[in-house]
Amino acid sequence: MSENTNILVVGIGGQGVMTATEILAEAAIALGHDAKKTEVAGMAQRGGVVSSHLRFGQRVLSPQITPGTADVLLGFESAEAMRWQHMLKPGAITLMNTARLVPPVVELGLFDYPEDPLAEIRKTGNKVVAFDATTIAQNLGDIRLGNTVMLGAISDHLPFGADVLLDCVLKRFQRKGEKLVELNRRAFEAGRAAVGQAEAALA
Amino acid sequence: MAAVMPVPAASRVLMSGNEAVARAVWEAGVKVAAAYPGTPSTEMLEVISTYPDLYAEWSVNEKVSLEVAIGCAYAGSRAFCCMKHVGMNVASDALMTLTLTGVVGGLVIAIADDVGLSSSQNEQDSRYWGRFAHVPVFEPADSQEAYAMTLTAYELSEKYQVPVILRMTTRINHVKSLVTVGERSTHTGAGFKKEPARFVMVPGNAGKRIPLMFQRDIDLRAVAEASALNFIEDGSDKRVGFITSGPAYMHVKESFPNAPVLKLGFSCPAPFEKCRELAAMVDQVVVVEEVEPLIETELKAQGLKVIGKEILPLQGELSPNVLRPAIARLLGEPVPVMESGVPMKVFPRPPTMCVACPHLGVYYTLSQVRNLNISGDIGCYTLGAGHPWNALDTCVSMGASMGVALGMDKGRGEADKDKRVVAVIGDSTFLHMGMQGLLDMVYNKGNVTVLLLDNRAVGMTGGQDNPGNGRDIYGEDSPRVDFAKLVSALGVKDERIHTVNPYELPVLFKTIRDEVKVPDVSVIITDQPCVLIKDYHKLKPFEVIDEKCTGCGNCIDVGCPAIHVTRRGKEVKPSGREVDLAFVRIESSVCTGCTLCVQPCAPGAIVHYAPVSPIKLVQKGCSA
Repeated sequence: MSENTNILVVGIGGQGVMTATEILAEAAIALGHDAKKTEVAGMAQRGGVVSSHLRFGQRVLSPQITPGTADVLLGFESAEAMRWQHMLKPGAITLMNTARLVPPVVELGLFDYPEDPLAEIRKTGNKVVAFDATTIAQNLGDIRLGNTVMLGAISDHLPFGADVLLDCVLKRFQRKGEKLVELNRRAFEAGRAAVGQAEAALA
Repeated sequence: MAAVMPVPAASRVLMSGNEAVARAVWEAGVKVAAAYPGTPSTEMLEVISTYPDLYAEWSVNEKVSLEVAIGCAYAGSRAFCCMKHVGMNVASDALMTLTLTGVVGGLVIAIADDVGLSSSQNEQDSRYWGRFAHVPVFEPADSQEAYAMTLTAYELSEKYQVPVILRMTTRINHVKSLVTVGERSTHTGAGFKKEPARFVMVPGNAGKRIPLMFQRDIDLRAVAEASALNFIEDGSDKRVGFITSGPAYMHVKESFPNAPVLKLGFSCPAPFEKCRELAAMVDQVVVVEEVEPLIETELKAQGLKVIGKEILPLQGELSPNVLRPAIARLLGEPVPVMESGVPMKVFPRPPTMCVACPHLGVYYTLSQVRNLNISGDIGCYTLGAGHPWNALDTCVSMGASMGVALGMDKGRGEADKDKRVVAVIGDSTFLHMGMQGLLDMVYNKGNVTVLLLDNRAVGMTGGQDNPGNGRDIYGEDSPRVDFAKLVSALGVKDERIHTVNPYELPVLFKTIRDEVKVPDVSVIITDQPCVLIKDYHKLKPFEVIDEKCTGCGNCIDVGCPAIHVTRRGKEVKPSGREVDLAFVRIESSVCTGCTLCVQPCAPGAIVHYAPVSPIKLVQKGCSA
């Protein structure tokens, strides 16, 4: 079933990782694909490691992505983007929020947070594009837009057009009024542009 | 009442296994559905409660939930009950006799095995219950099958008057995949018919039911042989054929697309003839099942030459990554090399308690009291075993904190003679199975201080309602348990019962320190709600005045995830001792003003947050 597309979305509990993956799944389904979405999540509602797997294609069997076969990684947090690099196909791209969410075990001095996750990922030879989704969301006026910024960020790295994903995002906000739909449209486009610019700078 | 899921019949929707079962339960015309929350089963009942025309309840424990379902099935209506794997340990007393009476209305019991222990104290294979209780077991491999098998299970249940176990795993319950749904059918209950020889299980009656149960086994095996849920898919590569069930089927198909496969959806009683049929088609047979070698052992007892756990792990989830190398080795082929590299080294990120969680105050205090042995229980507060508190010493099963504490007290040796025994238990766990332990402790004159952490929710599973908060599954008012009166009624002396606010650290500290010294059973009830439920009210957030922070680190010991270190340093005390310093800041956007960090801050460096520029900051549920 190698024709399946494997997308890995990672972050920590409470960040909206699972919702983002679900919206990606909805987009794949809207195009007629079979899809399965699954999480490897710890027991806490908040604060633990979350990695959400989405596979889609003509027919999906195993829901889990086999290590070394993910086509793209969307990282909501820097160290988490690092943690799951081994899941990627060699040379596959990581789209990474530069946010650093430091857990209590690091604050207590028991472990160190990596100095520069972006550089660490680059060292592996994998492609990585970093952007500050949190600041982008804040500049748009609401930190909660970060989730939509992240989806905009991945929208040009899917085997389908960004419009399909944007539609699925906006559908979620339709009942909440035109203002919120417009804000999310801007957040999506801002995330998309941030990745586009970062890639252009690397090229 | 919550809104009905707006999913019309025949539409194809993305559903988790839990949502798919809930839909099928509604479509099957079930009248009563009962459960106690437990990962990964919880969402089944949560979703069922959003459907109309049925009764759903959070029961106080799994045994009661099964008994409620049994009553409904005896009355001739269809019933549903679900639980996590360890829940059936609690409910099994009822199950083992239910198998003798059988049912009138259909009864399906969904058991969710946490294969891989994402959120459990052990890993169990619930398919054993099918063998132990002589009841059929269905094993879905994805959401569509979970949906369809639930509907089939009701038909089988009524035809053979037997409860049916739907065995799920985390990888079925929580995976979302496409399901085509149907319409609700009406099911008219037969009404309860008095039949003492069948429903009153005294020895004389029960003994006569046992041969019927064994005959049913024979009948059901014949049904399994012919069932469409058990099917062979031929393949061109006959070197290895697979007999598999549940999510393992998907991994087999993914890994070996050309191999013949016998997929067992109706796996107990196992269809031995079908297994022989597959064995005759291939050179060798490998049984792939999560997690115990159940089908494998039965087939070996039948004289079939099969391979199973000799080459596959006895623990955890299977995946293509596990299967491919195992089969390559079996065939003497080169073992496929993973294309991925080694995982990069990153700090662990264990689950944490929430910002401002009322348990933080309790564990901070417990970590400051010396000479305690602390028996713990199942819930968010189990996290008290971790950093920075290290203030929970045991965790066994629901309610075990009570009995374990009493045993530690009575069994103490010379080395523990000065130790005080403390038990920590949450409100819902206490009502689930802790009350009996406390009664035992009082009755047998124990010397234990019980901390009853009443946060008015089943916190770990998502803040479900329970008798402790006075709301039912529909969010409607229901009688609320008065914990102080309850423990008083169990015999705890009124002067040994204290209700304290866990955010008032000096009071909490004094109460715990005083009570552990009293050689009697004391109960200290904390009374502040879980921060994730609607009863919780946020207060004004705090920030740290950097110039005032001395780096003492007292606030870090509270363990609140909103506190972050900005820089570290060292200081030489007048005594010549060198101490580490950690200067901090508070993430004011998530702080909800509980004051737990303010209280141990000697220099008064923590003050109410006064933003310089008004940026719209949102606290809960924020994304990055």
